[in-house]
Amino acid sequence: MVEGVLVSLYIFVLAIFVGVEVISKVPQMLHTPLMSGSNAISGITLVGALVVAGRVESPISTVLAVVAVAFATINVVGGFLVTDRMLQMFRQRKGEAE
Amino acid sequence: MNGEGGAAGIFINAAYLLAGALFIYGLKRLSSPRTARAGNQFGAAGMLIAVVVTLLHWEIVSFTWILVGLVLGTGAGLVMARTVQMTAMPQMVALLNGFGGGASALVAGDEYLRFSAGAIAPTVDVQTTIMLSVIIGAATFSGSLIAFGKLQGIVTEKTYMFPAQKLFAPLLVLGMVALAVFLVATAANLPLYVALSVLALFLGILLVMPIGGADMPVVISLLNSYSGLAAAMTGFVLSNNVLIVSGALVGASGLILTNIMCVAMNRSLGNVLFGAFTAKAITGPAASAEGLVVRDVTPEDAAILLSYARSVIFVPGYGLAVSQAQHQVRELADLLQARGVQIQYAIHPVAGRMPGHMNVLLAEANVPYPQLVEMERINPEFDRTDVAVVIGANDVVNPAARHDANSPIYGMPILDVDKAKSVIVMKRSMNPGFAGIDNELFYNENTRMLFGDARQSLTKLIQEVKAGA
Repeated sequence: MVEGVLVSLYIFVLAIFVGVEVISKVPQMLHTPLMSGSNAISGITLVGALVVAGRVESPISTVLAVVAVAFATINVVGGFLVTDRMLQMFRQRKGEAE
Repeated sequence: MNGEGGAAGIFINAAYLLAGALFIYGLKRLSSPRTARAGNQFGAAGMLIAVVVTLLHWEIVSFTWILVGLVLGTGAGLVMARTVQMTAMPQMVALLNGFGGGASALVAGDEYLRFSAGAIAPTVDVQTTIMLSVIIGAATFSGSLIAFGKLQGIVTEKTYMFPAQKLFAPLLVLGMVALAVFLVATAANLPLYVALSVLALFLGILLVMPIGGADMPVVISLLNSYSGLAAAMTGFVLSNNVLIVSGALVGASGLILTNIMCVAMNRSLGNVLFGAFTAKAITGPAASAEGLVVRDVTPEDAAILLSYARSVIFVPGYGLAVSQAQHQVRELADLLQARGVQIQYAIHPVAGRMPGHMNVLLAEANVPYPQLVEMERINPEFDRTDVAVVIGANDVVNPAARHDANSPIYGMPILDVDKAKSVIVMKRSMNPGFAGIDNELFYNENTRMLFGDARQSLTKLIQEVKAGA
């Protein structure tokens, strides 16, 4: 099991380096959509919420899991949609069709 | 992934890997406004793949409650994303951060419930990540809600300290660490775990309450980072790599933005977060404004100045967003551009209430993005500019930051507006801004003040420029 956590740590650390590399290249102009978009990505916790919500255990457990699913879904759906709404406003020239 | 072996396990993991790759590729495409929208859609596609695969192939017993959660969340997310005003984007992001953190904390809590029911024997490493996950997630949740409240005007925007917070906050953190260690070391103890979660919620409130409105960009960025870390911790709890990768990406993103905001304000993160704890009196008065003359200008004269300029730079600040004047600015810019005036917008990194906020507001008003110029690139241009128009910005154009060591903003990078041939400052009155700092730009010989509400002033300017054409 310790081995499993070590592998996960490797992945975690390497992903941070990838994140720093990729995100340093995002221009300041797009920092608001970057925040809302990356926020939607952190809604990936939805996958975890779905896994625990799918187990049938105690009623309390189900309540927690369903709230978690709802929260994470708001995060994902709201995040990606509002980012899309913002990004379609960025135009090179006035009135340019998207 | 534990719990799933064989072909199905390989398939799930391959799908998660694809999702993670799509997230990274999507973020990479955010490096240009041309490719950004497709990039975001790649990210959304990755998320859809991860969710569908989870639903199809994980050992899911009951779908009823999952559907309830998904439908509720989708509905709320949809309404929020469709209806939110662009000026309210910081609140929206704060709220989304909170939901993400909250979800992570709840998942960790659910895992702990399983342990305490004796379903599986937890190992020390899994226990540790469950503690971290609930602490980070719950603190992100409550902290984000406070940040939302502050931005929305429900909670005071000003620095607020609880009685004895200075003494209490470190004790709280120590207590939580002790409690978490105890919980890992001993058999499952549900009441204590609940207590830890409640303390984490309280910590989030304590951390954000002392932070003032102008420092919100830093806090939102930081909470963004925390929501990513919370997701990554949940990934450790469930040994789920796609959560770890995505959480790490978001954690890194939030940290970079936090750092950019701090540099742009010339403050350390510690000073932003705990500045209220150590607030020290400013030594010696900053240069006094007494005996200096303010020259005001009528809309008529300002319009003439602008109409006959070769180049104009608009410098928008939070005041522009407050008076919702971005459309008027663009209209004025269009008129001037039609007369052959070269137009640019100078965007300071901390203009607005979150990173990049001003760009979104101007893009919404249909300003073409090549005209939105970052501080480093626009500063050399002020020398060659006929008129700089400052709208609702104050500290970020105060030349005292360059030379007055007694000024509280000394050392902060600013827009060199004062180097333009003439400067028009639109301002409600001579009252100093939120920070209460006198701005020597207003007394410069080449500065003209146009008093009044930014939106009304701009409307008058538009009329005058039209009349003069």
